[in-house]
Amino acid sequence: MTPVKVFGPAQSTNVARVLLCLEEVGAEYEVVNVDFTVMEHKSPEHLKRNPFGQIPAFQDGDLYLFESRAIGKYILRKYKTREADLLREGNLREAAMVDVWTEVETHQYNSAISPIVYECIINPAMRGIPTNQKVVDESAEKLKKVLEVYEARLSQSTYLAGDFVSFADLNHFPYTFYFMGTPYASLFDSYPHVKAWWERLMARPSVKKLAAVMAPQGAVIFKLQ
Amino acid sequence: MAPMKVYGWVVSPWMARVLVALEEAGAEYEVVPMSRSGGDHRRPEHLARNPFGEIPVLEDGDLTLYQSRAIARYIFRKYKPEFLGLGEGGSLEESAMVDVWLDVEAHQHEAAVRPILWHCIINKFEGRDRDQGVVDESVRKLEKVLGVYEARLSGSRYLAGDRISLADLSHFSNMRYFMATEYAGVVDAYPHVKAWWEALLARPTVQKVMAGMPPDFGFGSSGNIP
Repeated sequence: MTPVKVFGPAQSTNVARVLLCLEEVGAEYEVVNVDFTVMEHKSPEHLKRNPFGQIPAFQDGDLYLFESRAIGKYILRKYKTREADLLREGNLREAAMVDVWTEVETHQYNSAISPIVYECIINPAMRGIPTNQKVVDESAEKLKKVLEVYEARLSQSTYLAGDFVSFADLNHFPYTFYFMGTPYASLFDSYPHVKAWWERLMARPSVKKLAAVMAPQGAVIFKLQ
Repeated sequence: MAPMKVYGWVVSPWMARVLVALEEAGAEYEVVPMSRSGGDHRRPEHLARNPFGEIPVLEDGDLTLYQSRAIARYIFRKYKPEFLGLGEGGSLEESAMVDVWLDVEAHQHEAAVRPILWHCIINKFEGRDRDQGVVDESVRKLEKVLGVYEARLSGSRYLAGDRISLADLSHFSNMRYFMATEYAGVVDAYPHVKAWWEALLARPTVQKVMAGMPPDFGFGSSGNIP
């Protein structure tokens, strides 16, 4: 079977999101770089794969997909096994909880945590833009409120959608991984159930493998600070 | 079986997204109206349903759900999985396309339209100035997004393929308000988008939900302040 292709650098958060799903189901894949320095993401060839000129894009035979969470779901559905059932679509209630916490990650968690990653890491190291401390401080306050809700939830269940790991949990990995390299990582210390959940995720073989791929990039960026 | 309950104010685009799903699914439901200006969503009894203090919230027996697109997915999964490209007659490819265009709706379409709705309709009722710079930038972003939609809908009757899905229906509520602003004419440059929008509007389910959505969000002369 031809390996599926993921377009975009593995260290990019939304690309990593897709790779994590592939690793969890043990599917064969190939990462094809997209060179932003030469505007490759806006090239006609890439726009055919992702009409918004973004990454990731994905190819499985003659099926082209974009939007990292949609790609992730396709992968988890196609390669689902009894051991790797991360969407729980056979159970209405469980599937609903996976959907709820996937939306929460997108709309509540990510909107609080990603500005901190951008301001502390990506902007200074990759764009030469200094950290906007006001944005960081506001985001940190938002994040604390979100983490309070997560703390309450994870005091009741081992993972976000229930006592089973799911797509909802995995979606948190890429941005949180980079966040843990900022000075704000210690925010998690005030939320012991959240911290324990994060450590459970980090212990997963698929997560460790991706963390190793992402860390050197992070280390270069952190050194530049 | 007890009808499902939906908590919120019906003028909200997020609430309306869920109501359209319920109507299309033919599900029995009951709206439990809440007051936005009265701060009902911040009260302890609502925080017990949704710790993020937002609406809509769906209760189906002892299952409580929030986030409008998650609720809509649940409704279709339960009653009409074909609207998600799932179930009999669905396929891996079709369900993937529904997911793609549902995410596009959230990340590209809503992201561009929402500031326009806030600055052009809501701000004046809430005593805030309109920031024309933000509006202009959002309209430019929306035009780029609609360009992509035009290309898609030139090759496909609906966003995910030849049959209507949640991906299409999810656009209705924000579009309804956008089309009530002075920027509605922007859509004229995209004939396939315009035709697709008119097809959505023509659905009886959409008409029914729209009846609860006056173009002033209830703040103005319709007097039904949310």
